[in-house]
Amino acid sequence: MTALASRGRSTPADTRRRLVVIGNGMAGARAVEEILARGGAVQHRITMFGDEPYGNYNRIMLSHVLSGEEDAGGIFLNSLDWYRENGITLHAGVRVEKIDRFAKLVFSDDGRATPYNVLIIATGSRSSMPAVEGLYTPGGRLLPGVFAFRTIDDTQGMVSYAQQDHQRRAVVIGGGLLGLEAARGLQSHGVGVDVVHSGGHLMNAQMGPDGGAVLRRSVEALGIRVHTSSRTTAILGGDKVRGVQLRDQPDIDCDLVVVAAGIRPNVEVAVTSGLPVERAIVVDDHMRVPDEDEIYAVGECVQHRGEVYGLVAPLWEQAAVLADHVTGADPSSVYLGSRTATKLKVAGVDVASMGLQAPERDTDEHVVFSEPSRGVFKSIVIRDSKIVGATLLGDSRKVAYLTQAFDRGLPLPEERVSLLFDLGGPGEEAGVAELDGDAQVCNCNGVSKRAITDTVRGGCTTLSGVMDVTRAGKGCGSCKLLVRQVVEWAADGAVDEDPAAAYYVPGVPLEKAALMSAIRDQGLRSVSAVFAALAPAGAEDAKSKMGLASLLKMMWAGEYIDERDARFVNDRVHANIQRDGTFSVVPQMKGGVTSPEQLRRIADVADKYNIPMVKLTGGQRIDLLGVPKEDLPKVWADLGMPSGYAYGKSFRTVKTCVGQEFCRFGTGDSTKLGIEIESRFQGIESPAKLKLAVSGCPRNCAESLVKDVGVVAVDGGRWEIYIGGAAGAHIRKGDLLATVDDPGTVTLLAGRFMQYYREHANWLERTYSFVPRVGIEHLRAVIVDDAEGIAAGLDEAMQRSVDSYTDPWAERNDPFTPGQFRTSLPLEVLPRVPVR
Amino acid sequence: MSAGLSGGGLHVLGPVDQIPVGEGRAYGVAGEQIAVFRLRDGSLRAVSAVCPHKGGPIADGTIDRDVVMCPLHQHAFDLETGCSTTGAGPLRSYPVFADGSQNVVVRLP
Ligand SMILES: Cc1cc2nc3c(=O)[nH]c(=O)nc-3n(C[C@H](O)[C@H](O)[C@H](O)COP(=O)(O)OP(=O)(O)OC[C@H]3O[C@@H](n4cnc5c(N)ncnc54)[C@H](O)[C@@H]3O)c2cc1C
Ligand code: HEM
Ligand code: SF4
Ligand code: FES
Repeated sequence: MTALASRGRSTPADTRRRLVVIGNGMAGARAVEEILARGGAVQHRITMFGDEPYGNYNRIMLSHVLSGEEDAGGIFLNSLDWYRENGITLHAGVRVEKIDRFAKLVFSDDGRATPYNVLIIATGSRSSMPAVEGLYTPGGRLLPGVFAFRTIDDTQGMVSYAQQDHQRRAVVIGGGLLGLEAARGLQSHGVGVDVVHSGGHLMNAQMGPDGGAVLRRSVEALGIRVHTSSRTTAILGGDKVRGVQLRDQPDIDCDLVVVAAGIRPNVEVAVTSGLPVERAIVVDDHMRVPDEDEIYAVGECVQHRGEVYGLVAPLWEQAAVLADHVTGADPSSVYLGSRTATKLKVAGVDVASMGLQAPERDTDEHVVFSEPSRGVFKSIVIRDSKIVGATLLGDSRKVAYLTQAFDRGLPLPEERVSLLFDLGGPGEEAGVAELDGDAQVCNCNGVSKRAITDTVRGGCTTLSGVMDVTRAGKGCGSCKLLVRQVVEWAADGAVDEDPAAAYYVPGVPLEKAALMSAIRDQGLRSVSAVFAALAPAGAEDAKSKMGLASLLKMMWAGEYIDERDARFVNDRVHANIQRDGTFSVVPQMKGGVTSPEQLRRIADVADKYNIPMVKLTGGQRIDLLGVPKEDLPKVWADLGMPSGYAYGKSFRTVKTCVGQEFCRFGTGDSTKLGIEIESRFQGIESPAKLKLAVSGCPRNCAESLVKDVGVVAVDGGRWEIYIGGAAGAHIRKGDLLATVDDPGTVTLLAGRFMQYYREHANWLERTYSFVPRVGIEHLRAVIVDDAEGIAAGLDEAMQRSVDSYTDPWAERNDPFTPGQFRTSLPLEVLPRVPVR
Repeated sequence: MSAGLSGGGLHVLGPVDQIPVGEGRAYGVAGEQIAVFRLRDGSLRAVSAVCPHKGGPIADGTIDRDVVMCPLHQHAFDLETGCSTTGAGPLRSYPVFADGSQNVVVRLP
């Protein structure tokens, strides 16, 4: 693919020098940005070649893409528009094969020969593939299920492979930065992960064995299995991955292998073109290739004074020096190498390391603190009263200060322990004040303290605003705390506490409590009325509509003015939209109890409408999937059952176990109570979904401990109520709210808690976040002991919501809006969900 | 009314009332799939009906005065230009208006 940017400028009159860049990654694009910043476009007509079919993106963020926290589209640093706007011709998806240094031509695999006057090589590196048996198919491709971890394509390949075919286990080869990030990311797809590391401890490039042991504990606490001193000898499988073989250890079964065992600079082009290559492409202090006046190299593909770097921070410095020389802006500029102080977040753990890992001479001092249970480890090596090395794990508070002391050889306090902790002495504030303007705050994006303070002085005084403008804190995220401190310091306390973060919905600048009282005071009963009265310039905001609709319904119950456009499509058509634009239909099946008659009707409907998949849900109900929108009313009519609300931000289901009636262990009638609870609270809307369960004894077959509200019958006819549990993307055991004597009280307290949650939780805040945020003691005081005297009010409010319930599926006979169930998927359709 | 050879020109899609205020409906027009939205101020917007991200049904999206948000993964698109404000590819946008008898009229290139 060749994405072409403005050719307009290359008219015959264009006498500018031709600047060609090979490699469109972080270093290549940064070098071009630096050149443009020095007015380089006046002298140069710029052409870039990139092997990957995209604009430049933030490779560091691939870990977030893998974990699903970030969409691949969200990590681009330079969009295709950027190239166009800057008059850069980008050949994306085109690989350069050879340089003719004499004719000054670059040959690429699309058959093109491109002349240059100045050439920049920024080819980066790739995952190094260890020599193990079975890694490749006979055809020479990676065995299906084996992945490198370097590019967007690698990452997306991994994600889709991990999600298909019920992949259960993955092995990551390599226990360094990349390996641990890959392991953590894969976990979020529900895959069990083993890390196989040939070194004696994790991240041995950055830290010594003691730190490695603490890190191992933290990583294992995340549920990742770690095998150190383990060499992978073969990939097992043949047609696809089925396991890995280790030397002197049992095989590990797995469906997916990620190779993250180091990187290898991409030097092939340089080698075949006769440029000096040792471990990487050799450059001098001007980032020039020796004896080649017009060829520069930058990034991970270069070797400077014997060093090859594998992190981004050095390449920011390199790119600036390179640009000084290419444009002639500063002929005296030199790159003298980077001190590798790294500060990262690896698998959620803060890691900083610089210089020596351990003392080397008898006279070196070594200050160590280790608290494995909290995952904290700090080690500092001091020589002649200067820091020559440090490793910090799990606590990044002193990192900025230590990095600076390390970089500049600052004199150290007599009391060494204050290197590790703030002991009531000069606190963080002073620490930030002491930081030099040039000190790098965000290593990922190369943002200095000065860049942040300048932005603040320029009038941007919110954390998120500064992060947007400078990109600080938008890489691995380990520096966010420091960025916040610098912003606070620079704004001299006048930080606008990031107001937007506290808004209930983004489009109305009010926190929930203030929003609710404004709504009540002004009698705002519809979403459009709220926008008109409370939003800046009365502007609607699509992202805010659903949250407001839910809040208003909760507050006004029967008096709410229901504007259908404020609803998300699920709530407009009372079904859950699927990836192919069809819907799923889940009829109510209270407490998971059904009857032959219901089952027969469901079966008939499934036949009649050719339902492609019928599935039991995790909530003990039956899901009819793949129903086109226009069939929904007919399906509901034929089912003759009410909606199960499997689509809304609302009360969903109550799972129950068989309980006392049949189970020989049962001590309480869990089924009956579950059905009562579901009948009472069916369909009430809430800030996020509510899933409940009732179990008949502490064996807990309905999994009550991991529900938003979970009830367990215990001996003596009593009932325990747990709140704030979860077992989805998040796992949390609920907190015990109360143990009560009768089912009636269970229903009362459950309802009171849900109402309190509805009134106080943030939009989309599940109970597993809400309960710990507010605190179980506080909740117990309010809900059980009525410490604030609001219990009666909560009960009343809930009763109003209960009374205003109507079955949404009744709209089948009388559509609420014209074309409510008309298809939005005209004609030929879209990605098809495979039908089993 | 309609149609040059390629389907270009004006196409009448029926009464405006078919589209509830603040919502969108999908139409097949000369082989193209078009989502028409009726904003709360009464004006109309028309963009292509299939999300460039993963084929989501744009007409089922949520709108405000400026953008439509796809229901599947919440990419947002400017209703005037079709350009994504969240980094997805663009939708096509079409001129659209209500004629004297309150019918939706869309112009295809
Ligand atoms: C998952 C992951 C996480 C990371 N996390 C961190 C971190 O937290 N902190 C940190 O400091 N660093 C991190 N890194 C390292 C960081 O991403 C690299 O240091 C940085 O990307 C190097 O930039 P570069 O431009 O030299 O190489 P690249 O970004 O790899 O760019 C080189 C580009 O050149 C292209 N190319 C190669 N050969 C050719 C050719 N012959 N013709 C055309 N194009 C070619 C390649 O396709 C590639 O797009 C991480 C890396 C990965 C993979
Ligand atoms: C006599 C003892 C038991 C028998 C015969 C039994 C039988 C079953 C059966 C048949 C299923 C359904 C499997 C399916 O849906 O395919 C099931 C599910 C389950 N059982 Fe048991 N079980 C027993 C005891 C227990 C105990 C003591 C626990 C808890 C400690 C338990 C926890 C579960 C859970 C969590 C499920 C899954 C529920 C769901 O589908 O959501 N079981 N059991
Ligand atoms: S929770 Fe207890 S009562 Fe309910 S089915 Fe399981 S063992 Fe029986
Ligand atoms: S399909 Fe539209 S946002 Fe994904």
